[in-house]
Amino acid sequence: MQIYLPIAEVSVNAFLLLGLGGLVGILSGMFGVGGGFLLTPLLFFIGIPPAVAVATEANQIVASSFSGVLAHFKRKTVDLRMGVVLLIGGLAGAALGVQVFNALRAIGQVDLLVRLCYVVFLGIIGALMFVESLRAIRRSKATAGAPPPRRHHRGWIHALPFKMRFRTSGLYLSVIPPLLVGLFVGILAAIMGVGGGFIMVPAMIYILGMPTKVVVGTSLFQIIFVTAFSTLLHATTNYTVDMILAVLLLIGGVVGAQVGARIGVKLKAEQLRILLAIMVLGVCGKLALDLLLQPSELFTLGAASGH
Amino acid sequence: MKQILLILALLLAPLTALAQEETVVAGLSQNEVSITANFNGSEILIFGAVERYTPVPEGNPLEVIITIEGPDRPVTVRRMDRRYGIWMNTEAVEVDAAPTFYAVATTNPFREVISDTEDLRHRISIPRAIRAVGTETEHQRDFTDAVIRIRTNEDLYQVLEGAVTLRNETLFNTSFRMPANLVEGDYTARIFLTRGREVVSSYETAITVRKVGLERMIYTLAHERPLVYGLLSLAIAIAAGWLASAVFRYIRMGG
Repeated sequence: MQIYLPIAEVSVNAFLLLGLGGLVGILSGMFGVGGGFLLTPLLFFIGIPPAVAVATEANQIVASSFSGVLAHFKRKTVDLRMGVVLLIGGLAGAALGVQVFNALRAIGQVDLLVRLCYVVFLGIIGALMFVESLRAIRRSKATAGAPPPRRHHRGWIHALPFKMRFRTSGLYLSVIPPLLVGLFVGILAAIMGVGGGFIMVPAMIYILGMPTKVVVGTSLFQIIFVTAFSTLLHATTNYTVDMILAVLLLIGGVVGAQVGARIGVKLKAEQLRILLAIMVLGVCGKLALDLLLQPSELFTLGAASGH
Repeated sequence: MKQILLILALLLAPLTALAQEETVVAGLSQNEVSITANFNGSEILIFGAVERYTPVPEGNPLEVIITIEGPDRPVTVRRMDRRYGIWMNTEAVEVDAAPTFYAVATTNPFREVISDTEDLRHRISIPRAIRAVGTETEHQRDFTDAVIRIRTNEDLYQVLEGAVTLRNETLFNTSFRMPANLVEGDYTARIFLTRGREVVSSYETAITVRKVGLERMIYTLAHERPLVYGLLSLAIAIAAGWLASAVFRYIRMGG
């Protein structure tokens, strides 16, 4: 069934969108990531204009994160205080990111920036996850189920001023690193049309040293606000949020997420992470190839910048 | 003698005028294209007749050209080049006005039915329909050619030589397939009659392409009340997120 998207001004198959939403939802439910990093490039691929894909994806992530965070509130695995600090950085970052996005769109380099961001970050995260989960699998084979040694972070992060106590995370640390992490992820969220969970989660674990059980909930909590904010910015400055596209994606997404969560329970954590790492590297490789190989059409058309 | 010539001329004047007088009478299957939620392109049938009060003139055969043109919009064309090992946009050219949709159908190959001068005057062929400053250089022409190539691949530009059927030099008809990715606005349908590659008569009518219903509402809201629209989108997202979580909690508790 073809459906005409009023803002994107293209006609696409409704079932294709439901399917894409569902597929990415399953992955996000399995791995606990937003899935924006997969869905946004897929939307480019089926012919949704990049500006509309990025803005609408932000709106869709609000829905899936909200659905997810409710479960975490029930389990009390959201560090509200840390969430708010990250959020302050995140909102500033999102505002900055939309400005950067608009400036680059005017000079025609937005596609390049978005792709480069994807290649660099997916590459780094994917490689780290791959190596780490390989090591974890080898370790679990060697020592049969012994818990991995917990890392202790000491050093420069603890020397910074403006310390604050984060009870839920059991941390006493300066507000500067979370603010910076929030800012950085906020910028990326606005530019890449992703929630930034795939960067936020490792940053919280490895840089801030937060306990894993509160990481996902806290990340989702702040992602809701950052993506809601970038949705509003995109809607008011670029008019690029497509409501019908968002609804179709999120119907597929929320259903898929629940299915994925059930599949995820049946797999081992290391296997899950290695699968996710392979997928992340796959998307990264595809995007990198697009940048390196000569495209079949060297020209692209865009709406005039209107100056 | 002079008087006789004058009388002759006066007598013949209306006759010669009538001999030139071939006018188009035409109709469209629809003057309005409504873009609904399940819009998947549209077929427009254009038909008509040549009205004349004299026998069919001898000599050059009658030819018919029919065009449909969407609203003009400026376009930025960018070219990619290899820099630092990766392909990126390096150069941009603004095309002042290119129709968002353009289809031209003829009775015979384009060059046989109309001359270059007439094409230039009436802006009939696709390259003539695109307006760009300084397209004279070879380099600039690459960019306008790219517009035509890309839009032709998307079926937004169509050249349908021989698609117009003409019977007895009087009745003609053709059909256009308008793709799903149409821009809304006022479209123009033009019909030209030519003889010996010169235009002898033309006719113009409008086709309105509009989003209707839900599509109209969403589009208007997004552009006229962007803040309300943004907040509404968020409300829908949050409601859907909550609903999904509630429904699945209920299912899990039930099962």
